[in-house]
Amino acid sequence: MLAIECVDVFKSFRPERESLLGRKKPKVAALQDISFTMPESECLGILGPNGSGKSTLIRLICTLLLPDRGELKVFGRDVVKAPQEVRRLIHRVSVEASFFKKLSAQENLDYAAGLYGLSRGAARSRAQEILERLGLPRAKYRAPLEEMSRGQQQKVAIARALLTSPTLLLLDEPTTGLDPRSRRDVQQFIEEIRHDYGASIVLCTHDMQEAQRLCDRVAVLRDGRFIALDTPTELAVRHGGGGGLEGAFLALTGEDPHEEEEMNA
Amino acid sequence: MISMRSEGRAMGAVISRNFSLIRRYLGWEVVFAFYNAVNALTIALIGLAEPGPGQGRRVLYLAIGALLWNFLSVLFFEISNSVMWERWEGTIEYSFMAPVRRVTYLLGVCAYAVVYGLARTLVVLLGIFLLFHLPLGQADLTAALLVLAAASLPFIGLGLLGAIMPMLSAERGAQATQVIQGVILLVSGIYYPITVLPHWLQVLAWFSPATYTLTSVRAAVLDGASVGAVLPTVFGLLGAGIVLVPIGIWAFHIAERYALRTGKLKRNG
Repeated sequence: MLAIECVDVFKSFRPERESLLGRKKPKVAALQDISFTMPESECLGILGPNGSGKSTLIRLICTLLLPDRGELKVFGRDVVKAPQEVRRLIHRVSVEASFFKKLSAQENLDYAAGLYGLSRGAARSRAQEILERLGLPRAKYRAPLEEMSRGQQQKVAIARALLTSPTLLLLDEPTTGLDPRSRRDVQQFIEEIRHDYGASIVLCTHDMQEAQRLCDRVAVLRDGRFIALDTPTELAVRHGGGGGLEGAFLALTGEDPHEEEEMNA
Repeated sequence: MISMRSEGRAMGAVISRNFSLIRRYLGWEVVFAFYNAVNALTIALIGLAEPGPGQGRRVLYLAIGALLWNFLSVLFFEISNSVMWERWEGTIEYSFMAPVRRVTYLLGVCAYAVVYGLARTLVVLLGIFLLFHLPLGQADLTAALLVLAAASLPFIGLGLLGAIMPMLSAERGAQATQVIQGVILLVSGIYYPITVLPHWLQVLAWFSPATYTLTSVRAAVLDGASVGAVLPTVFGLLGAGIVLVPIGIWAFHIAERYALRTGKLKRNG
């Protein structure tokens, strides 16, 4: 079965006017005629410079945006016509760990679990299991999120996503800005959930090694269009010029991924 | 059955989250409650400005207005504040991405706002009782509370309309809900009879649930109107709620579709 089926999806945004009486600005295309399929249990990487449309694509898949045109299905359910069904199957981790910062990890996770109809007891033991696996000290569970490092917050964000056992996990730069140890922990955990649960994963990243290590296929997005979609090895061979996946990215987009990551961090 | 349980848990999660946030800002809650009490006392004191036999009645008239306005303000603020807070923190994307019906989420927000609004109003009421000797001998408090309970429903409907604005603008939306509050304050006879309003504003007063709430609560507290006497108002308010709550939910749904089309829910990225 296909985890994602995306046909000619187009999305544009109109920039805000400078003032109430200012001129209406023309719409800017964020995604242009994106078409791809993703089989169940695959990890699909999406690479692209800042503003290339990665997060827009993730938001469309997780029903937080409506496409202007085209068709997007998650496990056969249309994201526009059956958003509630899609929402039962997905979860997302974004680059910014959005939480109620004054609340503790446990309070935030209780809230998230409640929204998905999970019982508090079951959710807490599952969250504890995930956070222990990710190496978050137990003493931190009851501390306000604002007292945690970015890496620790990101681990709580991953626990929030996995609490609901999503069939499709959307990871939007989950390791950006993390220290090498935290990054390794998260990457190992992604491998584990793929292995143990067969979850399908979409992974947006600027880290070429991460894409190489975790992804079955990689799509390269530039100016809202897919300009390449293949296995990391094949992309490196075809476009890398001896520079591996990073060389391929540079050749295809004309951008340096390290600069992109520094800008995001 | 499972779905009902899930929706119940989701509603409970929203209520519990908001009370957890109160616990984290407990010091500020004391400050706000103190401000509400001082504000209501100031208004009630106006009733003492003119000496005479009707003084106690005037104080009570103003105190009822101040208490109801306090309840309404808190209710409105908390409904829009719940949405605004989610916009600021960026959590609204996660809440709206969850497979919970929007009406469940909104009912959770409203249930919290009603309970919290009543608690804050109780604090103000205690302040008023401490400072004034109010002539409550003939008051029918059961009738007054019944009117207040029925009035919560249309006020929730109006609150839902107010919650749209912070969803569309994190920075200015919550302040914009004060426009609705301001109009209700002006036309509903909170501190004066609506007969003092220009005729065209009196027409607006007919559409405000607060007008009928205040008239009946005052009749119950000042003149001892019984439960039977306020029942027509109670049914009228419930009827207004049955109309306004779906309108509020529908309008919120339309605004959410607009936000999903234009990308207004996102905070970053």
